[in-house]
Amino acid sequence: MSLSFDKKISEVVQSIPPSAIRRFFDLANEMRGEVISLSIGEPDFVTPWRVREAGIYSLDQGNTHYSPNQGYIETRSAIAQYMKRRFHLTYDPVSEILVSVGGSEALDLAARALINPGDEVIIVEPCFVSYKATVLMAHGVPVIIETKQEDEFKLRPEDLEKAISKKTKYLILGYPCNPTGATMTRSDLERIVRVIERHPDLIVLSDELYAELTYGDDPFVSIATFPSMRDRTIIVNGFSKSFAMTGWRIGYATGPSQLIQAMNKVHQYCIMSSPTTAQYAVIEASLHGDKEVKEMRDEYNRRRRVIFDGLNKAGLTCFEPSGAFYAFPSVHECDMTSEEFCERLLKEKKVAIVPGNAFGACGEGYVRISYASSMENIREAMKRIKDFVADVRSE
Amino acid sequence: MMNRQELLQLIERNARVPASELAVMIGADEKTVSDELSKLCEENIILGYAAIINWDKTERESVTAMIEIRITPQRNKGFDQIARQLFRYPQVTSCYLMSGGFDLMLIIEDSTLREVASFIAEKVAPIDGVISTSTHFILKKYKSNGIVFDVKSSDDRETVVL
Repeated sequence: MSLSFDKKISEVVQSIPPSAIRRFFDLANEMRGEVISLSIGEPDFVTPWRVREAGIYSLDQGNTHYSPNQGYIETRSAIAQYMKRRFHLTYDPVSEILVSVGGSEALDLAARALINPGDEVIIVEPCFVSYKATVLMAHGVPVIIETKQEDEFKLRPEDLEKAISKKTKYLILGYPCNPTGATMTRSDLERIVRVIERHPDLIVLSDELYAELTYGDDPFVSIATFPSMRDRTIIVNGFSKSFAMTGWRIGYATGPSQLIQAMNKVHQYCIMSSPTTAQYAVIEASLHGDKEVKEMRDEYNRRRRVIFDGLNKAGLTCFEPSGAFYAFPSVHECDMTSEEFCERLLKEKKVAIVPGNAFGACGEGYVRISYASSMENIREAMKRIKDFVADVRSE
Repeated sequence: MMNRQELLQLIERNARVPASELAVMIGADEKTVSDELSKLCEENIILGYAAIINWDKTERESVTAMIEIRITPQRNKGFDQIARQLFRYPQVTSCYLMSGGFDLMLIIEDSTLREVASFIAEKVAPIDGVISTSTHFILKKYKSNGIVFDVKSSDDRETVVL
């Protein structure tokens, strides 16, 4: 008889449900190579050469050792300069910045550094899939706020107020948003800030991985730029999305030193330090990468317009996304669940997109379309989506 | 307001994108874009639309040479007259006035090495005012007009990444 581990695996890990779209995942992977994939949450661009070259040079110099736990001071200083230059935020590289293994590790560090069993964490859905899992794994209780298309998937202050309880430890804000492409403007944030100010113990974890990728007239604003928020906000950011560096696994957290030092404690015992080569590469990215970032942003913006135009022509309602590289149209008109829509599109037209329910229950009825793919692929995929919707409607 | 620079950048990269698609990409309407394109042609800002070809992969024999030329500038005419005299030859694909150790840089494309050599000996060197020439033949093209030759791009990303 083979050994059963059912009772051995921790209850917390067992309690985390497998992805809502597991079946779709398997199907999409089987069809790898024969489909156009607009289901990828990472840039199609290769890391800019100047950044790759800096990584290669560091290897050439034999920089292959551990770094200090918190990251090289040169890397942290470069990040501090970048934050100041791009987002008008000032952090002390010595005590207020931690270099992590991608933004994902920083989300986990925050959960483990902050949560006592039973503490509540407010999560705004639809959102990146890790938020809920990191909270559960730290024995926290996720409290979900559902956002809606008619509000352009922004967080409404009244919903936030209702979700806050005595047990609330922190709020995770993820704008620009994966999967909706929503952003929060300064005035949107102002209304949220007013609510938070009424709860002096509430901490904000702001996931700003897509901060460089906003397209409208309103520039990205970090919630930490509000004076009352600065000392209770942990910013999680990284180079994956903005500098096309997903595989390097490098990100960072900035915030009040007490919180950053607590996160560093967890980081030091489970990770030791972030990849050394990547830390050298991002010095170059932080200090000299603005032009390359702009070129990628401009290209994403053009693709965004092509996708939005294509969705309108296909007859799917979508609010105009203003950030990240996703559109999140509704498939209600087709009288299908998200998953049915995606599965049939995959099988019948060989286009892969992601069912919205992967990002939270309220994502049901929507699909995520990534425009981190070549213009050529996007054009062809939009043509096929249009045909598919027409087919469905004539059934 | 139409973004001229962006429009030019886009067609410099791919001149075959129709105005209707360019319009969507830059967030303008089609007529504005086609009007702007005509205007750019009239103003001689867009000088032509060309394909970038890797001739090495075809049957055609061709050699490319870069010729550095030192000349004595002429009174009232500077370098322009000699430049004009040279760039009118069809095998001269580019002609630049340079700073540094020489004055004109010609890029010549012709079918054989001998033809390039005779062009220099018979057409360039004898010109009054030409002091010296120095010819460099191109052995292999790695990148030209911003395009890397012989690289096929492939997407090796996972099919679904959340």
